[in-house]
Amino acid sequence: MTAVVLDAEQVERTYAQAERGARGVTAVRGVSLRVHAGEYVALVGPSGCGKSTMLNLLGAIDVPTAGRVLLDGIDVRTLGDREATRLRLERVGFVFQRFYLMPTLTAAENVELPMAEAGVARRERASRARELLGYVGLGDRADHRPAQLSGGEQQRVAIARALANRPALVLADEPTGELDAATGDDIIALFERLNADGTTLVVVTHDERLATAARRVVHMKDGRIVDDRVVRPLLGRTA
Amino acid sequence: MWPELARAALTRHPLRTWLAVLGVAVSAALLLDMVMLATGMRDSFAELYLKKGFPLRVAPKGTLPFDTEATIGGASALRAEIEGGALIGRVSPVLGLTLHHIEARTAAASTVLGFGLDPRVQGDYELVTGTDMDASPAASPVRVVVNAPLLTRLGKRVGDTLTLAAAYDPQLRTTRGRLVARVVGEVRFLYTPPASPVVAMPLAALQGVHPGGPDRVSLFMVEARDTSRVEEARAWIERTAPRVSAISTTTAMVQVEQRLSYFRQLAFILGSISLAIGFLLVTTLVTVSVNERIGEIAVLRAIGVSKRHVVQQIVTEGAVLSIAGAIGGLALGLATARVLNRILSDFPGLPAAFDFFRFEPRAAWVSLGLLMLAGIAAGVYPAWRAASLPVAQTLREEAVG
Ligand SMILES: Nc1ncnc2c1ncn2[C@@H]1O[C@H](COP(=O)(O)OP(=O)(O)OP(=O)(O)O)[C@@H](O)[C@H]1O
Ligand SMILES: [Mg+2]
Repeated sequence: MTAVVLDAEQVERTYAQAERGARGVTAVRGVSLRVHAGEYVALVGPSGCGKSTMLNLLGAIDVPTAGRVLLDGIDVRTLGDREATRLRLERVGFVFQRFYLMPTLTAAENVELPMAEAGVARRERASRARELLGYVGLGDRADHRPAQLSGGEQQRVAIARALANRPALVLADEPTGELDAATGDDIIALFERLNADGTTLVVVTHDERLATAARRVVHMKDGRIVDDRVVRPLLGRTA
Repeated sequence: MWPELARAALTRHPLRTWLAVLGVAVSAALLLDMVMLATGMRDSFAELYLKKGFPLRVAPKGTLPFDTEATIGGASALRAEIEGGALIGRVSPVLGLTLHHIEARTAAASTVLGFGLDPRVQGDYELVTGTDMDASPAASPVRVVVNAPLLTRLGKRVGDTLTLAAAYDPQLRTTRGRLVARVVGEVRFLYTPPASPVVAMPLAALQGVHPGGPDRVSLFMVEARDTSRVEEARAWIERTAPRVSAISTTTAMVQVEQRLSYFRQLAFILGSISLAIGFLLVTTLVTVSVNERIGEIAVLRAIGVSKRHVVQQIVTEGAVLSIAGAIGGLALGLATARVLNRILSDFPGLPAAFDFFRFEPRAAWVSLGLLMLAGIAAGVYPAWRAASLPVAQTLREEAVG
């Protein structure tokens, strides 16, 4: 059995209400989820069922109000801000629905950013950025700014950025949500290649095609997991 | 990477950045001018008093120096007495008198200020062109030196002759104490207002026409043989000659300081205000710029950029603004100080050699340094606030392009 990358145990997240006296909203209610290295998990379910909330908890940009999340065996809740930030930098790659590239930096600089933060030497991060941009098919657009790229191209830069520090886990929230079908397919293909190359992926999506590309589909409803099944076995185990 | 992000943040709205730099520059200029004003007047007074190295002024008791009405009688005896003191160096007598210049052809009269001095020990003027007057009063016409305003006013040149009188009756057009003088040199007087026409001649020549009688002076400027014993010399003079009072420049400086302290307080308050304005300006700009980028900052935090780096980057922005502003303010402040100095040099009753604003490097660096520190401090709070927002929540609320 491969290593456990993510282990969520009885996770709960209640948002306090702004108005006094109003009841808080519980977006995630006692979810347990275990993800092994090399898995490709799609998190699906109706709007408002708590998928994004769950993903934020898994990626340590939010903290559960109850239960615990172990990332690479580390309990996120025990970490201070500095350690949690370092953990995100080194172990997690994020891909957002709306790309969230730094508009003032070029594609290559955007990919270099997490490496610069991690203290990678200038020469090394420049060459790795080129390599990653080549990997996502944008070798010739390295010096373009986000505004000069199409949505699909921006999302590929964002994926390259997520891979910069060789994370144990890539989390993506609706990565095809802003893209048309054809462009979305490119991203789906890229994710499949990523997973085939060994990256552990958890993807939140409404996109049927993206969900079917995953090997394991987790259904959520009203903050709970209602179905969790492996639709295609891991590559490693079929071969 | 971080410099790139900070630079990008500043160049994203170039007009806004320039306006902010300009604003900081204006407040820095004001701060600098206030510091220059606070130190300039005092230094200027001190330098002026000590320029020719006479740290003591001996005047009739109960008068202020340069009060031309009051005089000391028996001046030569008193001078000899003071010069005899063991602690005393040179003694320079000064007699002041308002004179009337009578134009020979038109009989038009105009007043000028006359000084009787001993050119061997005078501490009142510096030669500009021509030659200095000599000590012998016997020469006829008397050889005198004058300043540029006198030459312009009377339409004269070095080498010309002046007809001067100690008293003039405009009705009868009669004069008393007439004196014919030849201008031998042009000089600059240190202690007279820049625009007043002044003539200086050997002491005896002016004493000869003084209505108070001969052998009188308005004051003595006195040197101490040992610069560290000025106060002793002063006390000795007052003991030896009870009818005069001796003031040392240090005492005079204390008096000047007291009067200038109002200016200094004003300068201090206005300087503090301009510092506060610079601080608020940078805080405002950094806050606006940060609020615009809350989403971007949340993304940076999400992908693992530390709080410290986010804060550093934002603080750099504020620092760059205030450093650029301070540099601009230095130039602007010096330029305004120059203009103001020129305007204020016509201030009535002040010596020509007096500066209101004076650039003193240490004070300038301290004040500009303070402004830069304020600019850096200004960024810290908005930066820290932005970097501390909850990441997930902010990402949800502040979608970025
Ligand atoms: N910061 C918040 N404060 C209050 N309620 C919140 C907050 N964030 C999310 N919620 C609520 O929590 C629930 C789950 O939200 P979440 O964004 O996780 O859903 P989702 O499954 O990602 O939906 P979608 O598919 O539309 O993106 C929703 O009811 C939402 O209104
Ligand atoms: Mg969502």
